[in-house]
Amino acid sequence: MDWLIIAAIKSGFVIVILLTGFAYGTLLERKLLGRLQVRYGPNRVGPFGLLQPVADGLKLLGKEDTAPAGADRVVFTLAPMISTACALSAFAVIPIGGTIDLLGRRIDLVVADVNIGILYVLGVTSLGIYGIVLAGWSSNNKYALLGGVRSSAQMLSYELALGMSLIGVLLIAGTLQLPKIVEAQATVPFILLQPLGFIVFLIAATAEVNRSPFDLPEAENELVAGYHVEYSGMKFALFQMAEYVNLIVVSSLATTLFLGGWYGPFGLLPGPHWFFLKVFLLICFFVWLRATTPRLRYDQLMRFGWKVLLPLALANVLLTAVGVLVLQG
Amino acid sequence: MPTAYLPLLVLQALAVGFTALILAVSFLLGPRRPESHRMVPYESGIRPVQDARRRFPVKFTLVAMLFIVFDVEAVFFYPWAVTYRQLKLFGLIEMLIFVAILLVGYVYIWKRGALEWE
Repeated sequence: MDWLIIAAIKSGFVIVILLTGFAYGTLLERKLLGRLQVRYGPNRVGPFGLLQPVADGLKLLGKEDTAPAGADRVVFTLAPMISTACALSAFAVIPIGGTIDLLGRRIDLVVADVNIGILYVLGVTSLGIYGIVLAGWSSNNKYALLGGVRSSAQMLSYELALGMSLIGVLLIAGTLQLPKIVEAQATVPFILLQPLGFIVFLIAATAEVNRSPFDLPEAENELVAGYHVEYSGMKFALFQMAEYVNLIVVSSLATTLFLGGWYGPFGLLPGPHWFFLKVFLLICFFVWLRATTPRLRYDQLMRFGWKVLLPLALANVLLTAVGVLVLQG
Repeated sequence: MPTAYLPLLVLQALAVGFTALILAVSFLLGPRRPESHRMVPYESGIRPVQDARRRFPVKFTLVAMLFIVFDVEAVFFYPWAVTYRQLKLFGLIEMLIFVAILLVGYVYIWKRGALEWE
């Protein structure tokens, strides 16, 4: 029973971190976007607008939960649950630090240290696509259906490049276990050995989490709001939550695989601080990207994914394979 | 029993439980005033014609099929990458042959215009 208690505490901790990250991620995004557009962003609720996420959450909690006529009620309710639950579960294998001694036990700072870590993250985040497709289908709304179908095609296409871009890291580290991959970066973070892999990963990840410039699934000027047009109240909030949690998961994955995870220069500060700092900077980067880049057209998006990103990722795999062989002697 | 995997189930159960709980709370707290006009699917203020679930471009099905083909091939890369240090030159040559076959298919779908999106 011991492991169950530890796992439950860790899981609760992870969910609290991700939800806080979601709440303040929205505030960070609105604040930063505001500043980048030479305005203030939310600053009325609490000091510096710090209570804005709380106000938003409470407001959405008290809203009417509507479903359009002709909607498939069961699927309509399940879809946001699938999206959010998958996003939250994906964090299970990502280590936020090494091991610590707590109350006379050695605790790994990861919920489950399984040997197929990367496959688990990829698999669970892919399951999240079901939430989006089912939301689009069950809404009985043409915009929603189009948004859902578009979104699935986009995420499937970029998942190929995403999966391929990680293989360079696996070749160097020789394991799928995320804590071991971080330990392999104790001296040199993989971004220096895998610059091309990192760039491909970052672009594909931006498309995977539907962030601008790849936010076509919710292109408001052609699809109203895409797959979640008909959603209101807490179900709408769950989709927002899934989106931000996915952003956090992807940033954490980039930190773990390429930026050296919990390791920092000069041994300053304990591990988790470095991990969260890197994730925070990556999220700021995604917000900056949204403020800077215009949205792609759908044909450009698909062409870029299949004809540029996929060959680049494949070339990176082969180059890394040759490099590893040569350096190994 | 691979006990290392069990904590995954704990987090998954908590995640599902949390989403169910938050929907239940909002279901209990939120008002319910059904009104027929508001329940019409939103299509920018225009009354919807026909059911939304109609045929959509076959192009999307093609993307799904191509994805399955390439994703299954990508899956072979993972075990190869993990054991690459033991396979050495043999592994590299094997993978070059595999990639060459994969590229034939890739060039074929490119030339046939399957990657174009009009």
